[in-house]
Formats: sequence, C-alpha cells, structure tokens
Amino acid sequence: MSKPLVLDLNNIEVIYNNAVQVLRGLSLQVPRGEIVALLGSNGAGKSTTLKAISKLLALENGELTGGSIRFNDRDTAGLAPHELVRAGLFHVMEGRRVFEDLTVEENLVAATYALNGRGNAKPNFDLVYEYFPRLFERRRGLAGYLSGGEQQMLAIGRALIARPTLILLDEPSLGLAPLLVENIFSIIARINAEQGVSMLLVEQNASVALAVAHTGYIMESGKVVIDGPAEKLAADKDVREFYLGMGHGGEMKSFRDIKHYKRRKRWLS
Amino acid sequence: MDWLYLLEISLAGIGSGGLYALTGLSFVMIYKATKVVNLAIGEMLMLGAYLMFGMASNLGWPVWMAIVAAIIGSGLGGAIVERLAIRPMLGESPISVFMVTVGLSSVMIGLVELIWTADQQRLPEFMPSDPVMLGEAFIPPKLFYGFLVAAALILIALAVFRFWRGGVALRATASDQAAAYSVGINVPRVFSLAWIAAAMIAAIAGIVVGSIGGLSSSMGVFGLSVLVVVIVGGLDSVLGALVAGLGIGLLEALAGGYLGGEYKLLATFSTLILVLMVRPYGLFGTHEIERL
Repeated sequence: MSKPLVLDLNNIEVIYNNAVQVLRGLSLQVPRGEIVALLGSNGAGKSTTLKAISKLLALENGELTGGSIRFNDRDTAGLAPHELVRAGLFHVMEGRRVFEDLTVEENLVAATYALNGRGNAKPNFDLVYEYFPRLFERRRGLAGYLSGGEQQMLAIGRALIARPTLILLDEPSLGLAPLLVENIFSIIARINAEQGVSMLLVEQNASVALAVAHTGYIMESGKVVIDGPAEKLAADKDVREFYLGMGHGGEMKSFRDIKHYKRRKRWLS
Repeated sequence: MDWLYLLEISLAGIGSGGLYALTGLSFVMIYKATKVVNLAIGEMLMLGAYLMFGMASNLGWPVWMAIVAAIIGSGLGGAIVERLAIRPMLGESPISVFMVTVGLSSVMIGLVELIWTADQQRLPEFMPSDPVMLGEAFIPPKLFYGFLVAAALILIALAVFRFWRGGVALRATASDQAAAYSVGINVPRVFSLAWIAAAMIAAIAGIVVGSIGGLSSSMGVFGLSVLVVVIVGGLDSVLGALVAGLGIGLLEALAGGYLGGEYKLLATFSTLILVLMVRPYGLFGTHEIERL
C-alpha cells in the first residue's frame, strides 16, 4: 500500500464504563480516495471503531485506552468531536440520526457548522440536491416525516455539505428495502469517485459493501481477523461461507462449525 | 356588567402575561438546549433586578448604564453557573440536575440577602409615568412599557430560532446531541450560549418586574407562576410560553379582579391540573418530553 493514508488506526483498545473491553488491539488503514469496508457480525465492535475514530465514544461512556489514531498524519488525541468534523472527518451515524423536528433544509444548514474555521468555504446545497433530487422536493418538510431511505440520503447529504476528506458510514443499508440499498450504494460509490472522498464503511450487508469497496477488513470480537482487496475477500471461500451466506456446494455448515472455526483463531492480527 | 372595568383588568392581565411569557422564554431557552428544568428561573430574575439596583442606587450609575451593565452581568453569571454547576452534571439523571437548580436558587437568595439585606427596596424610576389610555381604558404605564419590551424580545427570539444559523444549532442540539456533535456543532458552546442568553432575558424581565412591584428577596416566587406557564405551554416551545404566558396573566388578573386576590393562585394551578390532564406534554410541547 503505497498510497498516502487518510486514516491510520494502530492497535486501538476501547473500554466501556471502565469495565467492558470492546476493541482489543484493532489496526486498520484507509488510503486516500478509497472506500474501505469494515465487516463483521453483531457485536464485533464495528460501530465502536467508528465512534472511537470520531470521538463520539465519550458520549456513551466509552474510552480509548490504548493505541493511536492518526487522521491526515495527525494524532487525534485531545481533539473534541466537533473539531474533528471541522478538520474534515465526518461520521454518518448508525440509524441516520437526522434532526427530526428540523426541516430538511435546516438539517443541511446545521451541517454547515462543519465548515467553521475553514476560511471562505461556502456550503454547496446544490451538490446535495444533485445527488439526491428527492431531498430538493422535500426540503421544506420536517426531516422526521421522511421515509427511511430519504433520511439516509439526508444523513449522507449532511456529510456532503461538510466537504470532508473522510466519511465514516455506519450501516447505511440499515432497515432499507434491497432496491433502495443498491440505489444508496451506487450514490456512495459516485460520491467517492467524483468528490474524491475517502470512506470507511461499516456494514452487515457484506456483499453490497464489498461490491463498492476497494479494500475490506473483517473483524471479530474486537480485532481484525481477515483483510485484503475487496474482490479477493468476496471470492474467499471462508468469507463467502460465513459473511456472504453462500456455502459451496449449496450446503450450509451448522452453527457449531462456525463456533469451532472462531475458536481456532486462525487469523491473528 | 362594567365593561370598562373588565377591559382594564384584561389589559393589565395581558400586560403581566407578557412578562410571564418573557420569563418563560428564558426558561424554554435553557430547557431546549440543555434539557435542564431550571427551578432557579425566578431567582435569576431577582438577581438581574438587584444587580441593576446595586449599580443605580448603591454605586450611583445613570439608570440606562445600570440596566445595560445588569444585563451583561447577568449574562456573565449565567455563563459561570452553566460552567460550574450544570456542565459537570451532564449525563446525570434529570432529577439530580433539577435538584442542582433548586440549590442554585437558595444560593442566589442567600447572596442577595447578604449583600442587600432581606428588606424591600425600590428600583429608581426609569419608565415614562404618563398614564397610557387605550380608548377609555387606563393601563398602568409600567405594565404597558414592560409589555412592549417583552413583546419585542419574544418576537426577536422567535425570529432567531427560525432564521439565524445559531437558532438552527440550538434546535439541532436539543433534538440530538450526538448528531449535533457529528455535524460539527460545538455542543458545549451552545449550552453556555443558551444559559447566557437566558440569564440576560431573565435580567430584563427582572428589571421590569422589579420596577413594577419593588425588590425583595422573595421576588423569586414570580418564578412559580412562570413554571405554571411553561408547563402549560409545553416545556420546549417558545410559542407555548407566549400563548400560555398571556393566558395565565389574563386568568390571574380576572380571578384577582372578580374573585379577590387569594383566588389568583387557585385559578392558575387549577388550570395547570386541567391542562396536564388533557395534554400531559403541554399545549405546544414535544410529545415525548420528560415529565417530572
């Protein structure tokens, strides 16, 4: 990997409530301009990883207890969440989290705070409406009345307003119909290609994530167990079996085998 | 039926209702941004009025300068209170924060009694004292001008919430703190700005209330009626504070005028119970807000 790194996580550890260790020495890199997919089962620590990066962890009593996070070659320790956003790291949170009692337009206006301290950067509302014409039609309506898909569009639209260098996307497919998921992901790929924004994408829906990503990481109980180029991961026998739900020969292995497979700890990061 | 009497009483009621609405606005501002139920609202009012009194009477400053200084001083006080007493409590249970504000009100009463004693004081006159006539009806001039000030401030606040970017930040923070952080809003700063603005508004209301009824360390009781106003209006609604403020003011005046002064509180608190039975979240409040 010779490309310059936008994000470099080195052996990070996260503990919640001074008691529960969720991340145990996780390392991962996001090269400039790439989409990196972070996959794994429920409770593996994917969302925690994103919150550790964006510093929203503190709001949930979580604490980064070890390792380092470098964003654009700068250690992020000691930065407040809003300072990170203003430096160009935007976190699109799980469950969309639009401001429901604000209008669509006001949601985008709120995101212009991300541009504070960046000189004469002007918010580009038209860009958002170009990618998501549906939002333009509903710009005067309350965000709470949007459909799930439209709210996800708005959440990504807020990120576009902020002109980040890196977007953390937490489960953009959550609760959306398959057709809508494809639609959203094709726009995510377009934004990456056209705006040159790097992305770290957390997904349960592994096949659709690996389709747009350049690189993939798969994590289990707080650390990375497999990583590599997205095409290679998508073709990998084990990954296909356990994350894409495609057993070779059409026969699913039993859950017992999966447990066994996990316990063997074949991949140490 | 004496229509003129009814009209005069109603106008006076609406006048004091404007002050309720203004104080309610201060309360709503804090509640909206920080979700803190501020029981010290009446004492913040009192402190603002005493600050003005101190600078005008004790230090002998010109009245207008004293007013401006009192407003600025109260804003500073709001910032200090937020930083020292409220922010460390963020994330604690709402009841704990609520109790902190109860404590704050006692501290403020104590402070005022230490400096200015518990005796009644009078603010220097600064409003025009020519009687104001609306047709046949006479309106006490102080109430009239106080109402104008209140109305102007409330209109400004409504416009700010709606159109200024800072208003959007405030509402965004109120709606979802984590998400507000995630779009780059400096949430702690929103908190302290909300307290500063609320303390300044409370100081203005306090100065007007004090110039009408005089100063005393028990002035904070005014806050009790305001609490009724904001609960009736819905804790987080500026419009609710406005409507409920005028309504409660009118009701109090009518009850006081026709039934006698001792029925004032009876009337307002009965209204409170009735409204809560029909709409537990207040007239204009957000439905799932916390109830205490």
